[in-house]
Amino acid sequence: MAILVIGEHDNSQLKPSTLSTVAAAAKLGGDIDLLVAGHSCAQAANDAAKVQGISRVLLVNDAHYEHGLAEELSLLVTGLAEGYTHVLAAATTFGKNFMPRVAARLDVAQISDVVSVESADTFVRPIYAGNAMATVQSKDPIKVVTVRSTAFDAVSAEGGNAKIETVPASETFGRSSFVGQELTVSERPELTSARVVISGGRGMGNGENFRLIEAVADKLNAAIGASRAAVDAGFVPNDYQVGQTGKIVAPELYVAVGISGAIQHLAGMKESKVIVAINKDEDAPIFQVADYGLVADLFTALPELAEAL
Amino acid sequence: MKVLVAVKRVVDYNVKIRVKPDQTGVELTNVKMAINPFDEIAVEEALRMKEAGRASEIVAVSLGSSACQETIRYAMALGTDRGILVQTDQELEPLAAAKLLKVVAERENPDLIILGKQAIDDDCNQTGQMLAALLNWPQGTFASKVELGDGEMQVTREIDGGLETVKLNLPAVVTTDLRLNEPRYAKLPNIMKAKKKPLDVIDAASTGVDLTPRLMTLKVIAPSQRKAGIRVGSVADLVEKLRNEAKVI
Repeated sequence: MAILVIGEHDNSQLKPSTLSTVAAAAKLGGDIDLLVAGHSCAQAANDAAKVQGISRVLLVNDAHYEHGLAEELSLLVTGLAEGYTHVLAAATTFGKNFMPRVAARLDVAQISDVVSVESADTFVRPIYAGNAMATVQSKDPIKVVTVRSTAFDAVSAEGGNAKIETVPASETFGRSSFVGQELTVSERPELTSARVVISGGRGMGNGENFRLIEAVADKLNAAIGASRAAVDAGFVPNDYQVGQTGKIVAPELYVAVGISGAIQHLAGMKESKVIVAINKDEDAPIFQVADYGLVADLFTALPELAEAL
Repeated sequence: MKVLVAVKRVVDYNVKIRVKPDQTGVELTNVKMAINPFDEIAVEEALRMKEAGRASEIVAVSLGSSACQETIRYAMALGTDRGILVQTDQELEPLAAAKLLKVVAERENPDLIILGKQAIDDDCNQTGQMLAALLNWPQGTFASKVELGDGEMQVTREIDGGLETVKLNLPAVVTTDLRLNEPRYAKLPNIMKAKKKPLDVIDAASTGVDLTPRLMTLKVIAPSQRKAGIRVGSVADLVEKLRNEAKVI
């Protein structure tokens, strides 16, 4: 068994999703190589070398990989994949973008968004927005797998001492280019890795009212999320969205405020350890999954909560 | 400019699905089916390109059983000019779907192919990327904004931390995210007119594409259910429970 994990990074830092992907790789058993392809990404490669359980770090330093363009990265990974039994990446927008290109070029299936590794060729993945769990077995010579980060406990980012090997860049694609990025700047923890998440729904009424949620989030050092209804209504940007069509989160504590609990939303947060629901409608479906339910008007409950914490 | 749009027939998003008791899959008998919502956004985007004078023809393609003709007719009621069904009763994995779409693309020579980013049944999120790879075309996935230029396009993409914009040379593949547009409804006269629009049926077997599944589904089960917890009477009560019982704050 030889496993290649594709590291997600911003050239200076390895992203936490990589640590969860390595955890999934470790369940397969076998040597794990971690690819860091980027530009001026020596720091990310140094991070990668310290990750627990890594045999080798493959470093590819070339301007073509600076922004992780799917066309370029997939050519590189397809070339490296020969000789490996498994190629893994996080099922983030990074991994989802280029991994199917790798699978298609290798003429193998991709197994998307796995939440459990049963054996070297058998995986569990959610279908129908998490309303069913499918166990699938692959007979392809190379298994191309994307991993749902929240389903695997991250391996330690420290303690490893892998060798860094420099690998040359592959042929270039050249017919696509990076224009720009608009990243949401926030002092808060990142939604998918936060220990506490507090989300608002349509019940918030407008975007301005999200400041009530911010006040509570400040006290709990929480990330802020939203239901699709709140995003569709234009209260907050789409990258706040928790749900099947948004982000999948599984924090220690999830607080749902003014969220009715559509199946779509539940699919994105029901693996949270403790769920709190605050809603004035006592029949809201969110209460069926909440460990602690408070039937209250959020406009009085949120300020009280911020005060009490 | 010719635009190809791929449309998949899936269980309607409002249906609460049930897992079959024998764990072989999800119950599909007598279940309401509809166009995949992300594909509906793909159709809408193509229509807007045509209305803006940028696209000359829009072709809706579906893959699957003869029932998929309904999905194509719906896309034609929305405004696509004609339809193609690659017919097979074999359940298609994304790789096989991408290979069949490649065959259609090579016959039709479109400048742009738009697909939904994922189908809401298998949630794979693969077909568009695979198709782009097989055609050796650039891709703009999870698009929230598309701007056509001369022989190129800019696609703004929904990524985990925000938005990213890429420039692609045409021909290219685009997959849609939710915020790209709000699809229109089909009007009754257009539904009637759609019945007269041309719909070609191609037998998948005639394409020579190997459709054999690569994955074996061993079982499909319902996810473990969370049990409802308790109701608390006040904010103070809630904070006390979170501190002393759940110990999460």
